[in-house]
Amino acid sequence: MCLAIPGKIVELDRNAAHLGTVEVAGVRRKVDLGLLQEDMPVAGDWVLIHVGFAMTKISEQDALEQMNLLQMLGEAEQAMQEVRGYGIDESGGEHGQEHSRPN
Amino acid sequence: MRYVDEFRDPELITKASEEIYRLADPDRHYRIMEVCGGHTHAIYRFGLKDVLPSNIELIHGPGCPVCVLPMGRIDDGLAVAKNSNVVFAAFGDMMRVPGTHGSPFEHKARGTDVRIVYSPADALQIARKNPEKHVMFFAIGFETTAPSTALTLMRAKAEGIKNFSVFCNHVTIIPAIRAILDSPDMRLDAFIGPGHVSTVIGCRPYEWIARNEGKPVVTSGFEPLDLLQSLVMLLRQLRAGEARVENQYKRVVPWEGNRAALKAMAEVFQLRPYFEWRGLGFISQSALKIRDEYAEWDAEQRFPIPGTRVTDPKAAQCGEVLKGVLKPAQCKLFGNECTPEHPIGALMVSSEGSCAAYYNYEHRKAAAMVTSISSVA
Repeated sequence: MCLAIPGKIVELDRNAAHLGTVEVAGVRRKVDLGLLQEDMPVAGDWVLIHVGFAMTKISEQDALEQMNLLQMLGEAEQAMQEVRGYGIDESGGEHGQEHSRPN
Repeated sequence: MRYVDEFRDPELITKASEEIYRLADPDRHYRIMEVCGGHTHAIYRFGLKDVLPSNIELIHGPGCPVCVLPMGRIDDGLAVAKNSNVVFAAFGDMMRVPGTHGSPFEHKARGTDVRIVYSPADALQIARKNPEKHVMFFAIGFETTAPSTALTLMRAKAEGIKNFSVFCNHVTIIPAIRAILDSPDMRLDAFIGPGHVSTVIGCRPYEWIARNEGKPVVTSGFEPLDLLQSLVMLLRQLRAGEARVENQYKRVVPWEGNRAALKAMAEVFQLRPYFEWRGLGFISQSALKIRDEYAEWDAEQRFPIPGTRVTDPKAAQCGEVLKGVLKPAQCKLFGNECTPEHPIGALMVSSEGSCAAYYNYEHRKAAAMVTSISSVA
């Protein structure tokens, strides 16, 4: 739970403004970008992800170092398990698609 | 991509270590608390003690959310899960944490609908897909996790999802630090401030520690070099007789924190008058409750809550370990009855708990200590 996982934004969700697809070591999952709404990332940006939410933007180098750190701590596999487990997009996005963004 | 060995930067580590030796006054004993459980894990994993002078003692702080959660809260959450059609959703870290009648996993084996989620958003998604069920997310964590729970509740409200609630155990780090500083058996010289909590709250909330308590704080990254650099920064301040808040983890932590995250927390949560912390007792204004505007999604308002209070087994000395009064191996149960495979105290459950970290990385040394202690006793 306390892992901060580095990921690269590959796509912003067209239907849900607060969702984006990230890639973490080849695995793509949707994460919530709502906590970065004052400084929304764009495709190509790197972010630190925590429990399915992007928490902060980071540089590519910091992202690579964070992944190395997870490996060094023996937590890389657990991190990948977490990323694979993110289930927001299991049914092709949040159903309903009524995404009133909180202010 | 750099590889681990290369990344370890042995030369820089040596330099930082030498600087620490140079700065540390040999006639002084330093007690420095790393607040965050992630730091505790990293310190043990990298064996940082081995590159530090023996008069620098690192005290492991309360920043492991699983560790500080009283057993009564787990019992209460599992009591809600006994209602028909309720799904108990929680992070994997929670699953092996013992309640009075077993862990969530053991309850699952007995028929309770317990599910691991990796995000509060996933718990909400289970609710969307299972309208006939009520999904209760058992929320734990400091300010790193609380904003995600807040946003999830905002989304549930905006979408009008009625079969979802949160059993909120979110806690805040500052009152815990205050309680530790107020504790008469604690003598601390400085703090390594949490990394990821600080991405949310920023560095200002620590300023009173420097200003009023005269103790330096450095928010730190998690790599070995980060932690050593943070110690260098703290020792420089201590040597100069200064007390300031400094940010070693600038590449990730903005001084002002994350405004959107703080806004989401303020929208959804308010402070509880007091909350019990395992090992630390009741601390005023140290935890978050869900605001009345979100009462419909507050499991504590929707379901009857037994309000269980459980005292830890007398032999387990989690409280003393949590406050840094005892080292993990000095607890009577450590490594005998209480191991990561069969945890009795919460500090043994999470990899960020100081007992589990100590056991996993230093258990041979620890076992020898336990033997010597018990042979004396």
